[in-house]
Amino acid sequence: MKQIPPVFKREFLGYFRAPVAYVFLVAFLVISVSLAFSRYGGFFKGGVASMESYFTFFPWLFLFIVPAVGMRLWSEEKRSGTVELLFTLPVTTLEAVLGKFLAGWAFLSLAVLLSFPMTLTLAYLGDPDWGVIVTTYLGAILMAGGYLGVCALTSALTKNQVISFVLSLGACAIVLFLGFSSFTDTLEGFLPVAVADAFANFSFITHFDAFTKGIIDPKDVVFFLSLMGFTLFLNVVALER
Amino acid sequence: MIEVKGLVKTYGPKRAVDGVSFAVKRGDILGFLGPNGAGKSTTMKMITGFLRPDAGTATVDGIDVTADPVAVKRKLGYLPESAPAYPEMTVEEFLAFIAEVRGFRAHDARRAAVDRAIGLTHLAPVRAQTIETLSKGFKQRVGFAQALLHDPPALVLDEPTDGLDPNQKNEVRSLIKNMAVEKAVILSTHILEEVDAICTRVIIISQGKVVADETPAQLHARKPGARLDEVFRALTASDV
Repeated sequence: MKQIPPVFKREFLGYFRAPVAYVFLVAFLVISVSLAFSRYGGFFKGGVASMESYFTFFPWLFLFIVPAVGMRLWSEEKRSGTVELLFTLPVTTLEAVLGKFLAGWAFLSLAVLLSFPMTLTLAYLGDPDWGVIVTTYLGAILMAGGYLGVCALTSALTKNQVISFVLSLGACAIVLFLGFSSFTDTLEGFLPVAVADAFANFSFITHFDAFTKGIIDPKDVVFFLSLMGFTLFLNVVALER
Repeated sequence: MIEVKGLVKTYGPKRAVDGVSFAVKRGDILGFLGPNGAGKSTTMKMITGFLRPDAGTATVDGIDVTADPVAVKRKLGYLPESAPAYPEMTVEEFLAFIAEVRGFRAHDARRAAVDRAIGLTHLAPVRAQTIETLSKGFKQRVGFAQALLHDPPALVLDEPTDGLDPNQKNEVRSLIKNMAVEKAVILSTHILEEVDAICTRVIIISQGKVVADETPAQLHARKPGARLDEVFRALTASDV
């Protein structure tokens, strides 16, 4: 496991060596903040000192933004041939997978945390519940990890970044939509209710909601962590095959 | 140092490598020859632990690559074909990353290893340049520096002189020759003059099989007076 730090460091700094990181961070913050200020978000109109109108779009925003970060994780290495370099260095597949995943996750966490001026605005305008804000940030970061796990896996399946992006988007959309009643209703049409319910349990929205209300339910934490664990395991399998 | 026994690799219906066996000891420079697609790169990828052989074994310093790939990778320096490297990194950053993965964790030790590799491969003028801006010759040297950085007892070089101009080729050859005294080196090439220039032994493979394993002198003796490429063509005639 001691080879994780160098892999992590290279990958994380790699985002900043190219303009990717800056373009990504600016785009993410501009889009997320303007959605909150828009009439769909109603950040000011609500008259409540809470971040809810900001975070409510996160499951949707992540649907596009996380595949953009995750698509290059392995596809890029495969396309440029550096995967051969990486795997002839004394690094195990698990170390490489974890190092790269953690770097991507740290980068996404940075993007999420850079929205902190929004909380300062809230503190200036009113008296927000800091406990809820902290749990919401925690939830958003865990959800980012869940999305990224899925994207890292799809990225390991192809050397084409466009295919990787589209696959990631599709896979993330499925886990997202599983939470919507219209979608689960359709499922219930041809599946037993218990099975459809079980599927609905895999949705990101269901598990993210509690965090935005200030609740850290171990079940939700375990969901995101086990999703990451499972996708990373498949990631190792996909690379070693 | 490097021992290969009955390596087999199959891609779909095609046997890319079909029972290749040879051994390389310290001080040897083994030239690995063969037409394109004969299985040279595949064999090298199996020795370095990048590909898993379907059958057979490859050992480096007595360690089986399928049993303990990380231990083998520690002992090997490998230059993959076309010298892949992370394009957005500078030469120095890239080599520092390699050094860190190779176990040079202390700042001074890392610096010393990077400086040594840069010195050996004459990369000093471009050390602060990003790899994507380098010419092909310099890129190849970065790949070389990366393979040599930890002073490995065994080197596997996949077409180390490919794409270089005659001066650079000459320089790379003398570099290999100087190092080979205490190392086991395998290099693949399809430049036949290279064999005469540096190799102490030659293996020719054709359609995944070894068709010749001898010294350059013995190879010349197969057809007295003929040029090496005629001997090569006769040996690999079935592979077209």
